Amino acid sequence: MSDEKKFAGYICTGCGIGDRLDAGQLETTATRDGKMQSCKQHEMLCSAEGVKMIRDDIDNDGVTHIMLGACSRRAKVEAFNFTEVAMTRANLREGVIWARPDEDELTETTQEMADDYIRMACAELKSMNIPKPSGEQGLNRNILVVGGGVSGMTAAIEAAAAGYSIHLVEKTGSLGGHAAGLYKRVPFRAAAPGVGNDPHAQLPDAEEPGVDELIARVEADQRITVHLNSTVTKTSGAPGRFSADISTESGGTTTENFGAIVQASGFKPYDAAQLPEFAYGKTPDVLTNFELEKLAKEANGGPLKRPSDGKEVKSVAFVQCAGQRSQKEGHLAYCSGFCCTESIKQAIYFKDQNPDCDTTIIYSDLRTPGAAGEDFYRAGQEKMVIFTKGQVAEVSSSGDALSVKFKDLILDEDTEMTADLVVLATGMVPNSGPDPYASSESQEEMSDEEKEEANAAAEVAVSVESILNLDYRQGTDLPQLKYGFVDSHFICFPYETRRTGIYAAGPVRRPMDMKQAMDDAAGAAMKAIKECELAAHGAAAHPRVGDLSYPSFRKEGCTQCKRCTVECPFGAINEDEERYPLFNESRCRRCGTCMGACPVRVISFDNYSVETVGQQIKNVEIPDEFDEKPRILVLACENDAYPALDQAAMSGEKISQWARIIPVRCLGSVSMSWITDSLNSGYDGIVLMGCRRDEDYQCHFVRGSKMAAERMSKVGDTLESLNLEPERVAVHEVAITDIQRAPQLIQDMADVVEKVGMSPFKF
Amino acid sequence: MANREYSFYPGCSSQKGATSSNYLTSVQSMCEELDITLNEIPDWNCCAASIGYGSGGVLPRLTLSARNIALSEEHNPGQDIVATCAACWLSTREASERFDQDKQLFAETNEALAEAGLTLKNDAPIKHMAEVLIQDVGYDEIQSKVKKPLEGVKIAGYVGCQTNRPFGIAGESYENPKYLDKLVETLGADAIPEYEKKVQCCGGALAFSEPEKSQEMIKGIIEAAYDNGADMIVTPCPLCQANTEIYQDQINERYGTKFNMPIVYYSTLMSVAFGRSAKDAALDGQVIPAKKLEDIAAK
Amino acid sequence: MSDMNTAMVERYRNNFLKEVESHVEEGEWVKMCMQCGVCSGSCPLGNAWAHPPQELFMMIRAGKREEVLTSDSMWMCTSCYNCIVRCPRELPITHIMHGLAHYAKRLGLVPKKQPTNEFAEIFWNNMMKKGRVNELKLGLSMYFKDGFSQGIKNALANQKLGQSMMKAKRMNPMEIIGGHGIKNPSELQKIIQKAQEIEDKKLQGAN
Repeated sequence: MSDEKKFAGYICTGCGIGDRLDAGQLETTATRDGKMQSCKQHEMLCSAEGVKMIRDDIDNDGVTHIMLGACSRRAKVEAFNFTEVAMTRANLREGVIWARPDEDELTETTQEMADDYIRMACAELKSMNIPKPSGEQGLNRNILVVGGGVSGMTAAIEAAAAGYSIHLVEKTGSLGGHAAGLYKRVPFRAAAPGVGNDPHAQLPDAEEPGVDELIARVEADQRITVHLNSTVTKTSGAPGRFSADISTESGGTTTENFGAIVQASGFKPYDAAQLPEFAYGKTPDVLTNFELEKLAKEANGGPLKRPSDGKEVKSVAFVQCAGQRSQKEGHLAYCSGFCCTESIKQAIYFKDQNPDCDTTIIYSDLRTPGAAGEDFYRAGQEKMVIFTKGQVAEVSSSGDALSVKFKDLILDEDTEMTADLVVLATGMVPNSGPDPYASSESQEEMSDEEKEEANAAAEVAVSVESILNLDYRQGTDLPQLKYGFVDSHFICFPYETRRTGIYAAGPVRRPMDMKQAMDDAAGAAMKAIKECELAAHGAAAHPRVGDLSYPSFRKEGCTQCKRCTVECPFGAINEDEERYPLFNESRCRRCGTCMGACPVRVISFDNYSVETVGQQIKNVEIPDEFDEKPRILVLACENDAYPALDQAAMSGEKISQWARIIPVRCLGSVSMSWITDSLNSGYDGIVLMGCRRDEDYQCHFVRGSKMAAERMSKVGDTLESLNLEPERVAVHEVAITDIQRAPQLIQDMADVVEKVGMSPFKF
Repeated sequence: MANREYSFYPGCSSQKGATSSNYLTSVQSMCEELDITLNEIPDWNCCAASIGYGSGGVLPRLTLSARNIALSEEHNPGQDIVATCAACWLSTREASERFDQDKQLFAETNEALAEAGLTLKNDAPIKHMAEVLIQDVGYDEIQSKVKKPLEGVKIAGYVGCQTNRPFGIAGESYENPKYLDKLVETLGADAIPEYEKKVQCCGGALAFSEPEKSQEMIKGIIEAAYDNGADMIVTPCPLCQANTEIYQDQINERYGTKFNMPIVYYSTLMSVAFGRSAKDAALDGQVIPAKKLEDIAAK
Repeated sequence: MSDMNTAMVERYRNNFLKEVESHVEEGEWVKMCMQCGVCSGSCPLGNAWAHPPQELFMMIRAGKREEVLTSDSMWMCTSCYNCIVRCPRELPITHIMHGLAHYAKRLGLVPKKQPTNEFAEIFWNNMMKKGRVNELKLGLSMYFKDGFSQGIKNALANQKLGQSMMKAKRMNPMEIIGGHGIKNPSELQKIIQKAQEIEDKKLQGAN
């Protein structure tokens, strides 16, 4: 491709654009103000004919940059798929005609809006380059799986089945993890279709654990290399070119290269020694669910015997949520999710062995996830396991038996029962490494009390031993979402951690049972495979999947302030020997938080930079102060706020005619210079719309929105120095569902301007 | 249109001089107009209603119904059994279903019936009259028989409990059955689909044993009809009809209300709409006269 | 009756749930209750129950035999079947309530003067006499169940009701002599007696 740039504009007059707007004038604006070398109109640009017109110009006339004045950039993306050129969109449909009432007296301001969007799109286009590959890419179809339990083995088998080579690293001397200790597993499948609710229904039984088969499959798989008694002592590089040192206990180290990594480091059983109220440790007849499983395995279908005196167990009580779902010190705040079905399974051990064994499960909320969950609960009920809704206060040893004091929550009374054996349904503690941000960001906004609590919880939750030993500037291990679990968002992007190309699977991600762990492992394996392939093309992973742009910086301008390396939510930026930032392209998610952080504005992407947005801001026509036509700059996050505004227009909501909306990759990419420049050039108000940024954040780049909010908290100084009212700049959290609220927030700013008056900086 | 024949189980309360004798009168008029022949099950007995459980055990109770079904199968072979009383229908159908599901129970009831030389085959379908009207006859045919549309009469459709649960009419919801409203509209009257007490319990048999508790519920049923501007309430159940009609005086005394809400059967409405006399429609059986229906019948 | 009660206590010891499974109509469903409480919230007379169905099920599992069987809660059931159609686990709750009430009666544990129990008994006897219910006698027996003077009071209180029913020809004073009935009531009595015997035998053998 030659370096010569050729700019072409296209105005679509379909969808009512031609009826509402003067297309001829838009064309003039594009060529005269926007300096497009050509500009064509089409009555339906997204039609095959319209697309062909553009395609022909690219193929035959050497057009390299195209500006489409049509619908929103979120619409018709399949039709306007011109990957080899730079492209901008002026949002005339959702952004203008659908957002404004069709009334004669408003025609003028509507046309002004459209002309501005054409100018902005042209200006953006002028500063854009076509992203070129960095040359950093390479295809590597090896995947490192850390952890040899059910999750790790499943991830390995799944990825191997897809043709990838796996190195499976297991710390202990054997595969299988905790599941290897199971006597039976909770059933994986629900009852057959049509099975009723009656007390004789054919319901699922506990199943053979299947771990041996899993191990056999791993061992037989040519594509899987198992490293027992081994740990990962160093991980460096980036997706597509990870390098990991795998070291054995005896000290031998091999180094392998990988395209992606799955961390399936599992969990540790909660330490029941912290439950003296349940007599754990005081008598051997109080066991955890993990210990009971061992007992059952040893009994192997025979009578279960009491550890203290070998007496056959005639009555057993299960205490659910032991040390869980509790704010007490040393307890787990969360539900481990597997223990209800686990207790049902274990209660059935007793019932199957001896139907007359009094078997009681004391629960406060029974939760039975999984396909078989509810059916398995019913299976327990059919076998006359007694389910008692209650809260256990104390377990004590009284002579020959144990006494369980509890509050019956249905009958609302304090009561007591005796049992030969008590089983505590204790939870899972994630086996994650140290959180790189443990002491900094997660506690920034906490009160002292909360911090203390968090530290106490952290002591329980976090093992200090590193799992991955990442050679990253931002810590050795995966950042944690909550309670020590490594993830970046449980709901919106599972498996995606805050380290690109490293995926979490199984109970290290969130508490779960065996079936869920296997499903989880398959999901993480798919992600790892996808990342190997994306990295080979230099394309971004979630959420800007396929984006070929990546950040680069002007070395001569860099002051080595390190802000970009600290603020990157994904730890993508290391430091080189000269202490300059070292961008790892394939670790980058392309949010631009580094760009927004850079005080000297040296970081940019080919197609997104301080300039591409800055030029849009500059090219809006600012009417004279006395025209009474204010201009409000809206910087809207492309993930939630911008689509919310599009959706608002589609639903008939109206957007202020004074607004000029620019989508940004993330509020984290917003450069302070855009704010100061717009205030200086006569904008009357600025509205920033990003995603929710608190603990339950919605930011697709995890920290971008929060970073932006922190930076904007200092905008007051700028306003003060300009002698402008502080209310002229507003930062809002906007969700994708805020289709009424988002336009209202812009209107609110219009009302503010009306109140405080026009900006005096219009020249 | 073809004549339809059913084996009819009228039930105790429909007998001459009993609480729902007016129901039977209007049903007979309605059936004449619809060309339906009702063949009474000879020598039928009480079904034990919804209060028989106290003294009667499962088998004695179900065997009462078994005798009725057996008699029907013997004397009216091949005919569906139809009941007009909700409790009669419910008890009979429930018995039939239990015998279907539980072969031991089925054998036991036959053992008991053998004492009188009876045998239960248990293959006759058990229907409520509302099912006959909706499923066998249909709204269109009903509409075609309307001679005096009940114009300008606003009627709250009170379905009650046992016609609606646990069996109900196929295709209708337990929480908001609509067939009674549709029937009201079919007859040219105004239905009140938003009538919120349409499936509220009236107390059933407990109206005798727990009058205060039951009358509190009845009060709600009447009150809601007034709130919705109803001229009268229509119901398919004899106990609902009796409970909501005859206790209005006592409720007025207890709560200081001024209730005087006529409660009629669907068969009363249909008889009037089909052009039958006030007497044929059993309007003289109203404790609280349905003035608007009397006017239409007199036209 | 109380002999049977003693026998049952002896036989089942502390396993009331098992006793209910074997002796109460649809009793084997009790263990399948998941304690959601929809039944209690759906009962039209919910407030009148000292222990709504959900609680009764829990009490059965907790072995509170005495409390359950002597409770008058299940006698509050109006047979509206709301609980049945709403129960997510499809428990035949109405039938279980009827079954508990009947079982309590069998064992002689029903609270004295429980009005619905009394009415049920009057109803059953009335019906069994002639094979069909004699409404007039049923009403009068109910008025006079607590003695003659209370009966007169009750009858007077309901005098207006009776008069208007008679006027509507929906009550017939002549029912007091004779009244409706089947042809040969003794035949029906024989059938029902046989059914009773079969059931008693079955229950005594159950465990």
